[in-house]
Amino acid sequence: MEAFTTHTGRAVPLRRSNVDTDQIIPAHWLKKITRDGFEDGLFEAWRKDPEFITNRPERAGATVLVAGPDFGTGSSREHAVWALQNFGFKTVISSRFADIFRGNSLKNGLLTVVLPQETVERLWKLTEADPNAEITVDLVDRQVRAEGVVAEFELDDNARWRLLEGLDDISLTLQNEGDISAYESTRPAFKPRTIRL
Amino acid sequence: MGRTLAEKVWDDHVVRRAEGEPDLLFIDLHLLHEVTSPQAFEGLRQAGRPVRRLDLTIATEDHNTPTIDIDKPIADPVSRAQLETLRKNCAEFGVRLHSLGDVEQGVVHVVGPQLGLTQPGTTVVCGDSHTSTHGAFGALAFGIGTSQVEHVLATQTLPLARPKTMAITVTGALAEGVTAKDLILAIIARIGTGGGQGYILEYRGEAVEQLSMEARMTICNMSIEAGARAGMIAPDETTFEYLRGRDHAPAAGEEWDEAVAYWKTLRTDDDAAFDAEVVIDGTTLSPFVTWGTNPGQGAPLSAHVPDPASYEDASDRNAAEKALEYMGLTAGQPLRDIRVDTVFVGSCTNGRIEDLRAVAGIIEGRKVADGVRMLVVPGSVRVALQAVEEGLDKVFKEAGAEWRHAGCSMCLGMNPDQLAPGERSASTSNRNFEGRQGKGGRTHLVSPQVAAATAVLGHLASPADLSDAHATAGV
Repeated sequence: MEAFTTHTGRAVPLRRSNVDTDQIIPAHWLKKITRDGFEDGLFEAWRKDPEFITNRPERAGATVLVAGPDFGTGSSREHAVWALQNFGFKTVISSRFADIFRGNSLKNGLLTVVLPQETVERLWKLTEADPNAEITVDLVDRQVRAEGVVAEFELDDNARWRLLEGLDDISLTLQNEGDISAYESTRPAFKPRTIRL
Repeated sequence: MGRTLAEKVWDDHVVRRAEGEPDLLFIDLHLLHEVTSPQAFEGLRQAGRPVRRLDLTIATEDHNTPTIDIDKPIADPVSRAQLETLRKNCAEFGVRLHSLGDVEQGVVHVVGPQLGLTQPGTTVVCGDSHTSTHGAFGALAFGIGTSQVEHVLATQTLPLARPKTMAITVTGALAEGVTAKDLILAIIARIGTGGGQGYILEYRGEAVEQLSMEARMTICNMSIEAGARAGMIAPDETTFEYLRGRDHAPAAGEEWDEAVAYWKTLRTDDDAAFDAEVVIDGTTLSPFVTWGTNPGQGAPLSAHVPDPASYEDASDRNAAEKALEYMGLTAGQPLRDIRVDTVFVGSCTNGRIEDLRAVAGIIEGRKVADGVRMLVVPGSVRVALQAVEEGLDKVFKEAGAEWRHAGCSMCLGMNPDQLAPGERSASTSNRNFEGRQGKGGRTHLVSPQVAAATAVLGHLASPADLSDAHATAGV
């Protein structure tokens, strides 16, 4: 996984709540069997409108998505995270993320930052008024900074450490292989099995 | 202090617990399908890792599969390539797979329970958010992303922070004609699409205890639509009777007795505390439908399309305005006046045999309204075979509905079963998101009973709206 320490970039203010993963990447894109090449599918239906925020020339190259509440609801498709990253986003700010999307984002080094809705509103106003305004998301200090805004955010120490180091979860888990084997040896015989080995 | 059902199942699966780390949880059953697994297998291949527990892993084809001409090559080359990738991966790694054409093929969340693989007190995961379905058995079941699919394939575990618990207590009994689907849609409208975020839900109370296993699956299936990764129902005699004799249920005798003795311990203790509780009076509910573009935007069928101005919260108001525009509806319009082009019966929410029986009971001897297309898509081949044995397929065809092959179909429109732009459906599935059933398509989520009555009348309706006595008998 790509490590995340701190990032500064221009923003896309997305004033919509309940942006579900079907909107982030529609189902027909899910037939691909790679983790890349999803950038053209991001917000595909909305991007047909030339006035949609990501189509505005002043938003080109923006890397911070500031979204409405309940971002990433619905389907568990990790493709939604890949599409955001393939498009160029490094971090997403919202007052509330859906659980599965949040988990997927942190597994891929896309930092999802939870801030109070009033702070999100201030970031929206700032970046709507000035498309060149930059937002810094600092994972080391767990802080979001922009002109007139300094906001602390929470992320548990373990998740933060994995992100800062860009660690591979599977390798970490396999360091505890002995615990897994020990657990397996105590499972009751009545537990279901898909095949007899 | 006592523990909740969710806490008991969680505690029984902790492989490793250490200060400052998420718990490492053992996974009893891993379900795979073609859409969210290819990148996970590729990750294993690149790292040179095997599947740790082939005996706890099973795959089926469902999201992409066509529901007609299944004996012919799949027309869409990209869908075909994805299914072929699953077949290749399962063969290479040794995973049990039920492909299109196999008698055990079907929607992954229909297949697990009918095989008896989904059992009380198990942990079940799948790269699909509707894995919450399996919670109906008192399993801790939740959807995961592809990185986690790879993690489970490689380690049979997941590092997870323990969620909080929320009780959804439904008091009283549901009135006649009110279904599990109406109940869950009403719950989502009440707590919102984010209401369950960070929680495992436990559905309890008289109305829930009275539900069949299939109805309980409908409830738990849509936990994710309330924002909760998992929803559970304590196992009871209904659960045990459903499981008895199924292919992978514990063998009759000592094994069965041992399992049931354990399963009976899987109840929230009287002195356990939930982090949150919602109480719903089940006696007040009536058929419920959605009018908007998220599953929380619903109302009783007897109500009207709401006025966005009536919402106090700015973001709710904004969402309602956008939803009405997308749905082509006007505030104040009676929901019953909404005409539909398509009726879809199927999905992991409502594609099981009881759902098909309910629909058949209502449309038998009637006709699908002129200009309405009705698709009936069984959740699995086993469900289809049972329906044929009972003659339900004939009822559907005689009424003018299309009887299709098993799969996810129009629930998400990854196969050719889609709405055209501007088309409107009454759908027994789980999501009414913009474009979910096809670009520009408009979806109203409904129960199978409302779907059947809607198909006959051509506008959103309940069986009570059908005039003759035969209709009410079908409820």
